Amino acid sequence: MTAGLAAATVAAADLSGRGGPGFLSPTGAEVAFVLIGLVVLGSALLVVTTSQIVHAALWLVVTLGGLAAEYLLLTAEFIAWVQVLIYIGAVVVLLLFGLMLTRAPIGRSTELDSLKRWPAVLVAVGATATLLTVVVDAFHSAYLDLGKTDDGSARVTGESLFRVWVLPFEVLSVLLLAALIGAIVLSRGRADADGKGR
Amino acid sequence: MTVVEVLVRLALVLAAFLVFPLVIGQTEHKVMGHMQARVGPIYAGAFHGWAQLVADGVKFAQKEDVVPAGADRRVFRLAPAIALIPYMVVLIAIPVGSGDLVGRSIDAGVFFVLAVMGVGVLGSLMGGWASANKFSLLGSLRTAAQLMAYELPMLLAGASVAMAAGTLSLTGILGQWEWWWLPWQAVGGVVFFTAGLAELQRPPFDMPVADSEIIFGAYTEYTGLRFALFLLAEYAGILVLCALTTVLFLGGWHGPWSDDLGWLWTLLKTGVLAFVVIWLRVSYPRLREDQLQKLAWTGLIPLALAQLVLTGVVRVAIA
Repeated sequence: MTAGLAAATVAAADLSGRGGPGFLSPTGAEVAFVLIGLVVLGSALLVVTTSQIVHAALWLVVTLGGLAAEYLLLTAEFIAWVQVLIYIGAVVVLLLFGLMLTRAPIGRSTELDSLKRWPAVLVAVGATATLLTVVVDAFHSAYLDLGKTDDGSARVTGESLFRVWVLPFEVLSVLLLAALIGAIVLSRGRADADGKGR
Repeated sequence: MTVVEVLVRLALVLAAFLVFPLVIGQTEHKVMGHMQARVGPIYAGAFHGWAQLVADGVKFAQKEDVVPAGADRRVFRLAPAIALIPYMVVLIAIPVGSGDLVGRSIDAGVFFVLAVMGVGVLGSLMGGWASANKFSLLGSLRTAAQLMAYELPMLLAGASVAMAAGTLSLTGILGQWEWWWLPWQAVGGVVFFTAGLAELQRPPFDMPVADSEIIFGAYTEYTGLRFALFLLAEYAGILVLCALTTVLFLGGWHGPWSDDLGWLWTLLKTGVLAFVVIWLRVSYPRLREDQLQKLAWTGLIPLALAQLVLTGVVRVAIA
């Protein structure tokens, strides 16, 4: 999934020059965008191919951090910091916590090479192809003038979120609330079954 | 902004990062030495033991840099840098005085500082895991559990100030600040400072490094300069936390004669808070793991939510 996203961002970088000032004289920001995209792609590949499970989680940090840098280059400053805060600061820490709590051996673990590898590759390629098609179709002539726009500032993001997209936003928060309550119910139910419920 | 100006600002931030954590470390030696009547830290070099810091530096530099045989070498060596660098990055966004006295004014400043501070904890996690030591792994687990519990109240308290000011930018928040925000945001300030202490694993929240149980937690296997870097990260963390609390809740550079002496007010408030951090270390016993979790989930989070409600109500009332 992350590999697919990374490929899509790289493709978007190549295409971003098309509608505006053209391909052959890329600006510094565009070059940086493509280079960071390559780092994201490479680290995402390492996440799924490394045979050391904690290293996979650490490469995921590089992938997600690279994506945050891509957001920054696209002037989406607010989204970039939220990406760092939520994905690196919380999700990866939770992931590492779970790994250390269960098993996190140092060195290679052979059982990570499972037979499900090929179906997984198939799904990843399919997702990448779909995303690429959609992104290319939607944005192939879009051009973002980095010098003039502040489309990604907290003010603009907040206004569009709470004026235009307020219904999806509220529906999403109901979904998260349902997940939260579900988690509480599941954990309490198990405690009761053990005879140790409160 | 010209290239030269950017470089000068970055150099100044780097200088602050190199000087102030050491000042805090030296102050801790002296304050603890006097408060607990310890002879060691106030002996070296005669006058209040001024040479202790130098002696410590020489000691750390002399020690052999040992990597345990069973360790994951690369991750083990990288961990101290991951722990230290985020605090340096955060300093860029903290305004020191009125006007343009800030490394770089960032539009989503509150999010920037909290996001980057959270990255530093990865250093402890990596170090603890890569050490191939059960005590280290336990320390890492406690670090992670503590971070997850205290990140939320810290964010909520920060959000309360951002809501009051109507901006996420740290310079913008200080531009809006009035003296009556002190009582208005007081609860949020206490929550922020407490949660920040827990995130830095400072006493009384030092369960992850509890020396009487798990030796020194994630840092047990570290020696020499790498260990010193972890310690430096702790002091840099104190600096960042105190400066942030000053900016968000104590009005930063606001004060009498703030047009000329604003930077002095920031330093003074930060210094007083740093003294409080040290004071808490020598006067409070360590909280147990279950007490830690309980304090965060049943104490600080409801308080932070109540502060958010209060902020919202007052904002609507005065609008």
